[in-house]
Amino acid sequence: MKQRDLVVIGAGPAGMAAAAQAAELGLSVTVLDEQHRAGGQIYRDVDRVAPLRGGILGKDYTDGAILTAGLRHDAIEHISGAVVWAIEDGFDVSYTRDGRGAQIAAKQLLLATGALERPMPLPGWTLPGVMTAGAGQILLKQSGVLARNAVLVGCGPLLYLIAAQMVRAGTSPTALIETQTPRNMIRAAPHIGGALRGWPYLLKGLGLLAAIIRARVPRFTGATDITITGQERADAVTFTTRGRTHTIGCDTVMLHHGVVPNTQAARSLGVTHSWSAQQDCFVPDLDDWGQGSVAGVFIAGDGGGIGGAKAAEFSGRLSALKVAEDLGSLTRSERDRQAAPLRSARFRELAARPFLDASYPPCAEALAPTDSTVVCRCEEVTAGDIRAYAKLGCIGPNQAKAFGRAGMGPCQGRYCGTTVTALLAAANNQTPDETGYYRIRPPLKPVTLGELAAMDDTAPEAAE
Amino acid sequence: MKTVSPFLELEETPRVEVMFCGEGLRLPQGANLAAALLAAGVDVFRNTPVSGAPRGPFCMMGACFDCLVEIDGTVRQACMIEVSEGLQITKPHQTEAKDETA
Repeated sequence: MKQRDLVVIGAGPAGMAAAAQAAELGLSVTVLDEQHRAGGQIYRDVDRVAPLRGGILGKDYTDGAILTAGLRHDAIEHISGAVVWAIEDGFDVSYTRDGRGAQIAAKQLLLATGALERPMPLPGWTLPGVMTAGAGQILLKQSGVLARNAVLVGCGPLLYLIAAQMVRAGTSPTALIETQTPRNMIRAAPHIGGALRGWPYLLKGLGLLAAIIRARVPRFTGATDITITGQERADAVTFTTRGRTHTIGCDTVMLHHGVVPNTQAARSLGVTHSWSAQQDCFVPDLDDWGQGSVAGVFIAGDGGGIGGAKAAEFSGRLSALKVAEDLGSLTRSERDRQAAPLRSARFRELAARPFLDASYPPCAEALAPTDSTVVCRCEEVTAGDIRAYAKLGCIGPNQAKAFGRAGMGPCQGRYCGTTVTALLAAANNQTPDETGYYRIRPPLKPVTLGELAAMDDTAPEAAE
Repeated sequence: MKTVSPFLELEETPRVEVMFCGEGLRLPQGANLAAALLAAGVDVFRNTPVSGAPRGPFCMMGACFDCLVEIDGTVRQACMIEVSEGLQITKPHQTEAKDETA
């Protein structure tokens, strides 16, 4: 089995920046990424797409090409289309590419697996035509595919970003249904100092909002009792605001109320996680360099706590410095000297976060869905089912699997884990930390017998 | 399947023929399969094995498994596949699902 100094999983901003930094310091690096081209979700397919749709997507997207260029280094092997399904102690990483299994060994490991949309279980959210706002944005970025008649539901900066991009592309959203209230803004006021230090973000947000208002996209805030209706596919969204009920017809519904760390790979390695009250999600316990509770396992970018693309880049480079020092390619003093400016830059990037998190808190009714709402999309387990399990004595998500298969479908809890923890915690009057999370085991993604049979441990894939 | 797609394509690119549930579709060569099927007006990609409920792409990034389709006997995520000439695509386990819901 081939061994590399560092194996990076994920070719988004954190993974690309870490790989480039490590290679510059003389380490051999392999980057494994599920997508066919580098960029992660934020810069998805940027090399191919920037010349086509850079105007619609904006500079914050096209800037990703600087990072993808950094992957073209002799010491970096970028294996695209590689789906990692197991990471074993030591570390042996197993993945599938082009229908064949393969393995690679790593002295140290960097997980840069990014974020997932925070699950938004509302009545009707499983209907065809309902997707995450991130999915809507991926359709636009990678494929130039735009929803003609879309309603955007939820809250947060990403919702404004996709709405503004849709306006620029000439297909304005049919409506923007937002769940935050003016009271959230008042609650966010104590964080205004940080927000002002992070002023470029505020300015960008205001610019997006101005573009949405100029395009006369109907906006509703403080929406509650949100229901998506339709038989074979979504055809309308009903909600209440200021005492009035509205129904807006549409073909596509895009949901968003923040993103949460994708913790599957880290959890499978036994890295400990703790509940973050500020971000309303579990985040891995990391030291100053992004190293988790398992030695040699680093986590950078949104997978280590939500900070956005620029912060991800700095975190990735910080982890790479520590890896280089651990492997003897960098002295401790040189490591610290190079880390200092990265730390200040990351601090500035994160300054506006507490204000944004407080201004746009997750949609309350999606955190505690009505009994009939499906929470586990794969196994079609409802919120009422989970509450009933709690009444029967179910205290944690792993028991919930035995009660009714929640989290046991192909997505392995990615889109129900945080909801199931929240429901059980509320029903049992416990904290999320006491309630815990699904135990994640390999295979992290489905692997076929054919792919295993075609396993080749010499990993002959050509670098890209 | 609708005749007018709820989705608009910004660019016109060379197309190839694929089959989806016995129907011929012309999709952009090399495009993301889930995106291309949506743009072609396909809304229901599969029916769930539990209740037979209709599903389509939800996350577009390989995490939710709602865009599962069957290609050459293997159930795969449409959002992780590129369009190529002659793909034979069906809903996953279609015959089994029918038996269960009959």
